Amino acid sequence: MAKVLVVTSGKGGVGKTTSTAAMGAALAQAGQKVVVIDFDVGLRNLDLVMGAERRVVFDLINVVQGVAKLPQALIRDKRLENLWLLPASQTKDKEALTEEGVGRIIEELRGTCDWVLCDSPAGIERGAMLAMRFADEAIIVTNPEVSSVRDSDRIIGMLDSKTVRAEKGERVEKHVLIARYDPARAARGEMITIDDILEILATPLLGIIPESQDVLRASNIGSPVTINSPASVAARAYADATKRLLGEKVPMMVPHERKGLINLLLGRRAA
Amino acid sequence: MDSSVGPTRQLLRLRGRSYVAFVFAPVVPIVGWLEEVDATLARSPNFFVGKPIVLDLSAVDLSQSAISHLIKSIEQRNIRVLGLEGVDHVHVDAGMPPLLTGGRPCALQPAEPQPPKRETKPQETSLLLDSPVRSGQSVIFTEGDVTVLGSVGSGAEIVAGGSIHVYGALRGRAMAGVNGNSSARIYCQKIEAELIAIDGYYQTAEELDGSLRSKPAQARLEGKIMRVTPLN
Repeated sequence: MAKVLVVTSGKGGVGKTTSTAAMGAALAQAGQKVVVIDFDVGLRNLDLVMGAERRVVFDLINVVQGVAKLPQALIRDKRLENLWLLPASQTKDKEALTEEGVGRIIEELRGTCDWVLCDSPAGIERGAMLAMRFADEAIIVTNPEVSSVRDSDRIIGMLDSKTVRAEKGERVEKHVLIARYDPARAARGEMITIDDILEILATPLLGIIPESQDVLRASNIGSPVTINSPASVAARAYADATKRLLGEKVPMMVPHERKGLINLLLGRRAA
Repeated sequence: MDSSVGPTRQLLRLRGRSYVAFVFAPVVPIVGWLEEVDATLARSPNFFVGKPIVLDLSAVDLSQSAISHLIKSIEQRNIRVLGLEGVDHVHVDAGMPPLLTGGRPCALQPAEPQPPKRETKPQETSLLLDSPVRSGQSVIFTEGDVTVLGSVGSGAEIVAGGSIHVYGALRGRAMAGVNGNSSARIYCQKIEAELIAIDGYYQTAEELDGSLRSKPAQARLEGKIMRVTPLN
């Protein structure tokens, strides 16, 4: 029985799609059978980040409307054989997304894989609501900025009230993933601190992903960072977060600024 | 040094209270009147159960022994006499019920059969929230106090008819005493509120004293002025 996990945030540009791709790939690398679904109808991105944009034939809306069967629309990843993508439609109207149709797809996937990752669009409209509607767990992606934190708080409130689980009186297990954490700015006190974020959101921390060129590079070449440069700090942070999602105890690493060789030499000379 | 303590004297407290009692006013002939009473008892034997009566003798002129006989006759019918009225105190002896004065007439509704009491829950007068109130959520409870075990997020809103208690940070809006209750207050462990209001008088975050920020505080109304003071 698959776990349905929504990756959401409220605010746009915080790293939902990047995180969905990276963690979907990391779960697949850990041997889990994973399907990632792009719910951003009209503004699909996950196919690009996953490098599957040239293989899209059918999409989520086609399956919802019964034009295509689910297995026809699922795109298997070329690098990881137990990772699939269900892309969003770029042309259709997002009103075509129905709760009944999404529910049917999720139900079908629950029986066939281990994890269903729903990449939520930004905002709190229909797409975002349907992405979280059937979730068992949620990752709330937050940047260390007040606007992002407040939007996350709003989304957490909705996870606690608008999901099927919440309506049945059950809980959606929630995790905060802090993305685009800039150690240099944090050192200068220019960002809201991790403690403050967690105090405001009152939700357990899943991981801290540093702002990284590796992530941007990976997105541009259509390969999740956990596949493209698994040794990078960001990829390791995603891998750790994934392990925590699977129930492993991994100590939390707060990214810190790495001193360049020159600084190090200067530091030694001064000492 | 005086270490002895005298026995404390209990103060005797007297309180006034008024009750409603049935008043019997016998008329002559007394025998005929007693037959009326018997007739009433025959129709509804339990009519006087649990209903002590006051005997109003102003319409008749009876001697002390006649009064004593009348009281006995009434008590034989299982009607208890609570007191006497309308008779000179010289006719009242120690064995008789006391003389009452100052009675006022009142309309007595015939006891209607009470509709069976419906099991109604007592109206809730306070609302307890066990989890944080998140941004965008609005809690409206006009019946009384709202208590939040957790924080009230920025962009969240609490509206209460009574006071608001936040065991956490208050970052959103809190409106207390919305039904015109100017004695309502707002308490929180950390004040970072966007807006606080009591009975329509409000203060925004900008007007809040900066030295109070992030500290435990309470807000209350003093006339038309809102006072926000540190708690403890």
